[in-house]
Parts: sequence; C-alpha cells; structure tokens
Amino acid sequence: MSIRVNRPGLLTTIQDLGRYGLQQYGVIVSGAMDPLALRISNLLVGNEQHEAALEITLSGPALLFERDTLIAITGADLSAVIDGQRVPLWRPIFVKQGSLLEFGSPIRGSRAYMSVAGGFDVPLVMQSRSTYLRAGVGGFKGRPLQTGDVLHLRSASRFATRQLKRMSEKDSERPFVATTWFAGLDLATYADDPTIRVISGGQNDWFDDESREAFVSEPFRVTKQSDRMGYRLAGPTLRFIQPRELVSEAVTVGTIQVPPEGQPIILMADRPTTGGYAKIAQVATVDIPVLAQLKPGAQIRFLTISVEGAQELYRSRESIIQRLGCGIAQMNIEKQ
Amino acid sequence: MAFSVIKGKPASFQILPLGDAAIVVKFGDTIDRELHHNVQALENYFAHHCLQGMIEHVPAYATVTIYYDPLQRPFHDLDQELRGIIAELAAAPEADPRIVEIPVSYGGEFGPDLEFVARHNSLKPEDVIQIHSTPDYLVYMIGFAPGFPYLGGMSQRIAAPRRDSPRLQIPVGSVGIAGSQTGVYPIETPGGWQLIGRTPIELFRPREIPPTRLRAGDVVRFRPITIEEYNSSRAKSR
Repeated sequence: MSIRVNRPGLLTTIQDLGRYGLQQYGVIVSGAMDPLALRISNLLVGNEQHEAALEITLSGPALLFERDTLIAITGADLSAVIDGQRVPLWRPIFVKQGSLLEFGSPIRGSRAYMSVAGGFDVPLVMQSRSTYLRAGVGGFKGRPLQTGDVLHLRSASRFATRQLKRMSEKDSERPFVATTWFAGLDLATYADDPTIRVISGGQNDWFDDESREAFVSEPFRVTKQSDRMGYRLAGPTLRFIQPRELVSEAVTVGTIQVPPEGQPIILMADRPTTGGYAKIAQVATVDIPVLAQLKPGAQIRFLTISVEGAQELYRSRESIIQRLGCGIAQMNIEKQ
Repeated sequence: MAFSVIKGKPASFQILPLGDAAIVVKFGDTIDRELHHNVQALENYFAHHCLQGMIEHVPAYATVTIYYDPLQRPFHDLDQELRGIIAELAAAPEADPRIVEIPVSYGGEFGPDLEFVARHNSLKPEDVIQIHSTPDYLVYMIGFAPGFPYLGGMSQRIAAPRRDSPRLQIPVGSVGIAGSQTGVYPIETPGGWQLIGRTPIELFRPREIPPTRLRAGDVVRFRPITIEEYNSSRAKSR
C-alpha cells in the first residue's frame, strides 16, 4: 500500500535537507534545491522539517495513490491535478485511495516538492535520504524515479493520522480534500528577473575594476547548461587582472566561481565539495530558494551585502519559519 | 614522517567568510607539504574539539573550511575563536600519519594507457610500474568524487598529458595519471586521465563509517599485484 509511479517526469528524485558531515570525504551535500519549499511542505503534513520528499522538476510525474495519504505540494506551480481536478498548493491535502496525481505545464517556478505524512520509506545512506545521483546511492535506489517504481511510506505521526482521519470523514465527491488555509507562499519568490544578494568572494580582488563593477551592475542570463550541480550564466566577461591559479579548496552552495573564460557558474545542491576556480562572490543563504526556482533564460542581477547583513537576513528568515511551523500546528488543531 | 606546525613557529594565516554559513582558514595558496602541516594541525584539533555551531570542516591543500550555523554564532565571533585556536596550535603535538597500502594490478585491460605513459617518457612499462609504486604519496585532500585523493609526490619521470578525448566511463578502482598528478577513481565517472592499472579495494563504501578508505593526511603506497591476486581479492570482497 503505497504510491505507484505511472510516469516518472523529467527528473523526480527523493531529497531531504542534504548529507552533512562527510564533505571532508568528498561526499557531496545534495538535498533539495529549494530547502525552504521542502521544509514547509514537511511542516504542512506534520513531518520534521528535514524529512525527505519528492523533488519534481519542470515536467512532473503521474503518481497513483494506493492508499489514503496526507500530502502537501509546495514550491513551483507545475499544474498539479488529481483525477483531473486542480490541486491547490501550500496546504495539507487528503488524497483518497485510488486517485491519480499528475502534473502539467510549469506555470511558475521550476521545482515542486511533495511531502507525504510520515515520509518515504527509503533507507538512510550516510545519514541522509537524499539521492546522490553521481554515486548512485541514497534516495530511491540511488536514481531518479522510473515508471513502475513503488514508493512505500513510513507511518505518519499521530498528529497526521488524526488529521487524515478528520479530513477523510468530510463528505466529498472529490478525489481529494484540501484545507482552505495555506501557508508559506508569501516567503517564496518566483520572479524571472530577481536580484540575488551576494557576499564578496575570497578571490574578488583577482578581477579588474571594470569586471567587478559589471558583476553588480549588469544582468546575467541563466543558460540551458544549468542543473542540480550548478547554473552556468551568460553576461559580461569577467576578466582577471592577471592569470592566477587557485589551489583547490572547499566550495559550497551558492558559490559563484569564474573559470578562465570569464563566465560565472553558481554552484547548487549537487556541487562537488571542492573546486579550483576563483570565487567572485557567494550567494546569501536566504536567496538560494530564489535561484532554485529559476528557469533557463531568466535574468538575474547581483547586489553585494555584508556577511553581517546576510546573517541578519538568515536569522530573520529562520525566525519566520519557526513561527510558521508553530502557526501550522495551531491551524491543524483548531480549524478542522 | 611526522608533521609539526612549521617548526614551532606560529602559522601565518588569513580568515575569510565563505558566505554566511562557512568560514575559511587560509594558510597559503600553494601546494606544499610544510604548509599542509598547518592544515593537518588544525584538523587534528577538530578531531578532538567541537566548536559551538560547527557543522563540519573540510581540509584542502592550504585551507580548512568550517561550516557553521549562523543562528548559533555570528561570523566575527567564530573568527575570533579560530584566531585564538590557531595561535595555540604552534604547540600542538606531532601526529604520525596513517599509512594505507593500495594494491594495483598494472597494465593489460586494467591499464590501457600504461604503454602510452611509458613511451611518452621513453621508459619501459615495468619502469613506470616501479617508479609509480615507489614513493610515499601524501593525501593532501579528498574531493572531486567521494574518496578521490589528491595525491602529492608522484615522480615527474612518469608525468603524462591527459587524453585528447576523455573516456565516457572510467571503471571503479582505476589508477590514472594526469600531468604530474596521480589518483584512483572511487566511483565510475567520465574522465581524461591516462589509466595505468586498477585496484581491487573499494575506496568508497557508502554503508560504512567513514564512507571512504582514505582521508586527508594519510600516506598512500601503491603495491603491484598480479591479475590473479586482483581477481581473488575482488572475489573475497563480494
């Protein structure tokens, strides 16, 4: 009794908040590209924020529910329908046994997250359920979903079980029941031309003045060579004062590195642990979800802020999520 | 071989932010064993001490990067603590490196480029094997792939350029040469290195802790084995 994959979609993988503590062994972090959307989808179904969910990319899967299940879909609007009826996002959804969830064309953003109450029953590999595509481990058999896969679920929390029971008792002809309230959408940004806040990078002074100025004043386009590992950008060529070699050192999510040809690359969830290109800047953690939802062709601009400024944004974002989690728990108790 | 922090002198270093959730301690910008002693000394410290808010630490050639939770402490606070720690490190005890032997079946189907590397250096294939399996290699860092060692110490006499066209799949365990670097592939991956042999041992073991055979600071020795030894070793590990 579980979820059957009738169609896998473009790239559907199981991801949690990532695999930490093993980067010194060359084990990449991976995890959700948009951690904010993942955390909120988990909160909505009564899971821990770090629980693994499906990351659905642009063209989504068709999933047959073989039992009653409490789910939430957050992140991109990829035209989700259950038995042909539009499914609202950012809220708990009770899906009836036998219903078919499908996705259509991407309306806004590029990555959606589907959490299930209790989480997916896949093993922890190196302390995480994230799919490590290149090493072929973690997630569901170390790979994206394929037609015919059957995803088993772990037991839902008591809270979610109660919620499921209450929602299932609602008399409805519909194949699903959704709450009228929703949460978290206001935290997400889906602009096609966002300004991304960055902190100066370790080798910022390797670039000439003109290039440093261009980096923060000119737009950059997200090219088609963009995936979970990183986004290749196209824009003004960033030139070095003189050719210099960087001996490899750690890189992280949001590191903006510049190879000798001068077009920057932003490293994302599946980045390697180390790199040897000069780092012109580093994206503020709070703006990673904005990048995660961009499509090729999007235009971005960079705005430099201080480390202290970025950490202040980080703290206030975490405080909002904490209150949101508390609020969702209250709504689930009182408003049903 | 024993490491000490630059002969008792306090190390010179820089501390830089890597964004809002990581901090880099930079001891220099070259590949150098003396300089790497400082990296190892700080790593040894972290092997015994956890800093408040620290999530993990990643050693590289000349840097140690520390990932931390900005909710627990701001940048300047960790910066200050690290400066204090590094100043104290000058008196850190010496540590003996771990020696890891990697058996390699050289040449044949496992080392299709052994002949090329030999010809390129006007050597016989046996010479390449002998030269490759002689030195103690230092694992400066692990990166590129899980368990992939960046090794220092290969003889220039067996250096060889990368292949013109990379192979689409390099089998697990392949031992290769690229320029004056040598390394072992822990997972199947595309790559342009000249392949000279293959090891039967698993360098990446995702179900074990730690998940890789090697770590930064180890000393690696390659030992030539026959194809029969390779096969029996593979059979045993299955």
